[in-house]
Amino acid sequence: MSDAAFETPVALRLDRLDTRLRLVAVLACVIAILSVRSPWVLAGLLPVALATTGLCGLGARAVLARLAHVEGFLLVLALLLPLTVPGETWATLGPLTLSEPGVERASMVLLRVNLCALAVLTLLGGLEPVRLGHALARLGMPRKLVHLLLFSARWVALFRAEAARLDDALRARAFRPRTSLHTLRTLAHFTGQLLVRAFERAERVDEAMRCRAFSGRFAMVADERPGGYDAIFAAGLAFGLALPILVDRLI
Amino acid sequence: MAHIPDGVLSAPVLIGGAALALGGLALGLRRLDEADIPKTAILATVFFVASLFAVPVGPSSIHLLLSGLMGIVLGTRAIPAVFVGLLLQAVLFGFGGLTSLGVDVVDIAFPGVILGVVARSLLRGASGAGAAAIGGGAAALSVIGTAGCVSLALALSSADYLPSLKIVGLTYLPLAAVEAIVTGFVVAFLVRVKPEVLALEDREGEPA
Repeated sequence: MSDAAFETPVALRLDRLDTRLRLVAVLACVIAILSVRSPWVLAGLLPVALATTGLCGLGARAVLARLAHVEGFLLVLALLLPLTVPGETWATLGPLTLSEPGVERASMVLLRVNLCALAVLTLLGGLEPVRLGHALARLGMPRKLVHLLLFSARWVALFRAEAARLDDALRARAFRPRTSLHTLRTLAHFTGQLLVRAFERAERVDEAMRCRAFSGRFAMVADERPGGYDAIFAAGLAFGLALPILVDRLI
Repeated sequence: MAHIPDGVLSAPVLIGGAALALGGLALGLRRLDEADIPKTAILATVFFVASLFAVPVGPSSIHLLLSGLMGIVLGTRAIPAVFVGLLLQAVLFGFGGLTSLGVDVVDIAFPGVILGVVARSLLRGASGAGAAAIGGGAAALSVIGTAGCVSLALALSSADYLPSLKIVGLTYLPLAAVEAIVTGFVVAFLVRVKPEVLALEDREGEPA
């Protein structure tokens, strides 16, 4: 992530913030978004959220790809709610009638989900898992869970490379995934092989770590301290979240 | 599909899900020996990586959950493993919900763990086709369990979702079928190639 961050000038440098503040901030954003009850206030927040992604240096393409993924999940709900929720007719499309409460409900869900997704993408996107682990440990997450996270984060890249090698081997043998039993069996052997290799590697890692006197405890090296930048960001965010909630309660 | 994003569920459901997930995490962590963490993490990572691959189904494609297989291999430790996987997904790829993390952990991990534990006891002594059938059955039922949990979370959140649930439920059927076949083959493969992977928990005594 850091490469891109250095190349383009970015107005809001989230990577300069204390990671703990980023975690608290994203939670505050999501809870604030969920507590707004008026669809108009939420709709007003959408351009603000999109502008913020720009300020943080996220490309439009990354944002769209992320939102498209969310839309996939929501399509079913968003299409069905206007048709299935009983209430006054809002519009008719041939044989289909869209009910007013249904449309309202669907647009609320769509706005909330998209805004929350934008908040998570903006505030957590590009956060290195190691920093996440250390910040969570300092926020009081159990040590075992933190270790599990740190180890997993370390190995995701490694096993993606291993999976890519197996995938190369498959394609070198002219394998094309299709809807067939052969594809599923191949995928199963692929997964099984990945598990076997991982298991053998895990045993070696385990022995190597025991040889180096690993007792199940990592030294947590974290030197992050909140500074002036964090204070300004926190104040700005508090204002930015309080305003829509206030407007929502007053109208 | 099993990941419910932020903004869909109601607050009581989110809190209930988080409480259940915390209970499950506590249980899973208690059974997780500190020296066993690297091994659990490596296996958890594989499930995470394997689920990134898209399986073509007709004109569309689906991603595997592999929750049944996780339950079989990791037992109750699958709960912290799923939690870590979902957290990493949120950070590395930017998807999944934060407030719905608890509900998502319950939806995905709980059915897998319960069926995995049942399947493990049945797998003792089974071989070949029998092992494949047990693995496949556990995987299909885990996906159906996940569909049930997702539907329940939606139904408890708002009565407006009720009419949509049938269609949401239907989208899980192809996944259940694909998971059953893949997991069946994986279990048969492991029985033949490396049964130690399936016997992971025997060392420490009875699985939960």
